[in-house]
Order: sequence, then C-alpha cells, then structure tokens
Amino acid sequence: MRAPRQGRLRTFLTAFLPWLALAIAITVPIAIAAASPLLAYRDPIYVTAGFAGVIAMSLLLAQPLLAGGHLPGLHGPRGRRLHRRIGVGLLAAVVLHVAGLWMTSPPDMVDALLFRSPTPFSVWGVIAMWAVFAAALTAALGRRQRLRTRHWRFVHTALATVVVAGSVVHAMQIDGTMGTASKAMLSASAVAATAWVVVGPRNRVREARRPLR
Amino acid sequence: MSRVSPTRRTFLAGSAATAAATLLGGPTGLLRSAHAQGLAPTPTMRGGANNYRPGAPLVERIGGGGFLMTGTVHRAGDGAPLPGRRIQVWAHTTEGHERDERSHGATLTDADGVFRLEMPQIVPAFGQAHGHLAYDAEHDDGGFETVFLRPVMASASDTSLDVAFVLQPA
Repeated sequence: MRAPRQGRLRTFLTAFLPWLALAIAITVPIAIAAASPLLAYRDPIYVTAGFAGVIAMSLLLAQPLLAGGHLPGLHGPRGRRLHRRIGVGLLAAVVLHVAGLWMTSPPDMVDALLFRSPTPFSVWGVIAMWAVFAAALTAALGRRQRLRTRHWRFVHTALATVVVAGSVVHAMQIDGTMGTASKAMLSASAVAATAWVVVGPRNRVREARRPLR
Repeated sequence: MSRVSPTRRTFLAGSAATAAATLLGGPTGLLRSAHAQGLAPTPTMRGGANNYRPGAPLVERIGGGGFLMTGTVHRAGDGAPLPGRRIQVWAHTTEGHERDERSHGATLTDADGVFRLEMPQIVPAFGQAHGHLAYDAEHDDGGFETVFLRPVMASASDTSLDVAFVLQPA
C-alpha cells in the first residue's frame, strides 16, 4: 500500500511558507530604507554604501538558514553551496559599504578603522568586518587545505557568531536610512537564526529530505 | 630628661593633619589650584576636525538657512568673553555633504563673545546628527590655540545647536 501524498496545505506550509517568510523579512526593511528622507541629501556613492550595509544585514539572516539546511529545497550540500556563494556576496557587500563610506568622508572612515571614531557603533562594525574576512578565509583555506571539516567549521562558526553579534550592535546604534522597528526585527531574526543553527539540537541541521511524520 | 613617646593615636592625628595641610595648602594644593585655574580650556573633540576647510569665507548665512548654530567664546582662566573671534561651522545638511565647499561658513563673535550662524537643517550623517565647529586659529589674530568641536544633536529633528568655546592663549 502506498504512503499517502502530502496534502496541499501541508505542502504550502513546508515548501512555500519558509520562503515567503524569508522574502518578507528581507524585503520589508530594504523597502523602508529605500523610502528614507535622508536619501534626498546623499550623493550616489553614499547611497550605495548605505544600501550595501542594509543588504549585508539581510544576508546575515539568510546565511545561517542556508548553512543549517532549513530552507525548503536547500537542505544539506545544496544549502551549503548557496551559503558559500552568498558568503562571497556578504564579503562584497561589506567591502562596498566600507569603500563607499571612505569615499564619502575619508577622515571619518580612517577614524573608524583605527578605532578612534567618536561614534560608539564604529568599533563593532570594524570588528564584524574583520570577522567576516576571517570567516571567509577559514572557509576558503579549510576546503583547499582539506583540513578536518569539523575543525575549520568550528572556527568559521565562531567567527560567524561574532559577525552577527557585532553587526547587530553596530546597526542598532546607527541613525540612518533603515527604519528602527524593521531594523530591530531583522536583527532579532538574524540572531535567532544564528542561535538556532549554532546551539540548536543537531538533528535540526537537515541533511536530506526526510519524510515528515 | 623627658622622652617623647608617641602613641598610635598621636601618630595618626599628626599624619592626617600633615596630609590635609599639604593637600590643601601646599605648592600644588587643591585650594591653590582651584583659585588659580579658573575656566578650563575646551579640549578638541575626536573627529571634530574631519572635513575642515582652513579659511572658509565669512558668510552672513550658510546656504538657505533653517537651522541656527549658536555659541559663546571665552578666554580660559579669567573667563573673559572674546569678541571678534572667527568660528567656522560645517555639517552634513539638506543642502550638501561635509566635504562640499558650500557647506562651510565662518562668522565672528559679537561684543559679548556670542556667535550666531544660520545654516541649512543638519541631517544625520555617518550614523549621528552632528555638527562641526572650529576656532579658525590660523585665520584669526587672537593668538589662541585651535579647538575643534563635534557636538551631537539630542534629536535629529532639533533646529538649533549651542556650544561653548573656551580658548587657551597659544
């Protein structure tokens, strides 16, 4: 006797709802930032630098979900492959953010990079930036050098938590284009997703599509 | 022949009295420095000099106006108000970036050491709504040390900002 097929409601809940939720969680903060009145007073480079930061925050939510295989259709190795590609995108977004801000006001960015900025949030952004660079390096070198996966993955994961924590503390103190509430929701989601994947029960990392009972 | 034999009580009382006298009245005593110090000079704030343009021209108003930057300039020590001193003001506003020439303007203090300069509304930049002010030492014949201020506005919707300069003779 064949096993019953999933009903349409169940399919919607398991296959589409997570994607819908992620799409909403990512696009709403970006849309609110795009409507900020501050944009009218900024040149294109500054606007780009700002949005690179907003997009980087959104990618922080996607990355743990991909690493943990929690997105429907992207379990196990498929999710991790996309996690690597998005990781490169995150790296590019951070570099674009820093470079664009440097072009907008070189002395302010130099102050931040040398940890002597008058703003309290700069130090967290710089720490998160170095952690992103280091996380990318561990992933690239770990695979290339064929180090024990669980070794470089441990370091990579530790650095990733520093990236998320530092970025959230950085972003929440900034008075900028993002809306306060949507920024807080996105930050909380990124922290929750990271915590779930890093400290959640091991069987939550879905390696293959298993029938749901 | 008498012998002075100090008890612990007298030793402690004597030490305390000596310490108090030294602390308050000695060459570097607190009372003496409190009397001589007077008004302390304003230290330059971190990041205050960023995007400074030496010698930005004196203006009646920066751009279209709408935001009022005010302040006082006093001399360190005796606290005398300083008239005719040159103060440069700049910020990221609704009309331009900090690095734009049109965002900078200078003004002179009046007879009471007070300056008022209208400028476009300051908007948050680099994460904070803030302004920049400088005592333009090199373009002023007052002979005081340069000071840069970077005051942060309490709210981005404020339409004015007030600062106090206390200048140290160079």
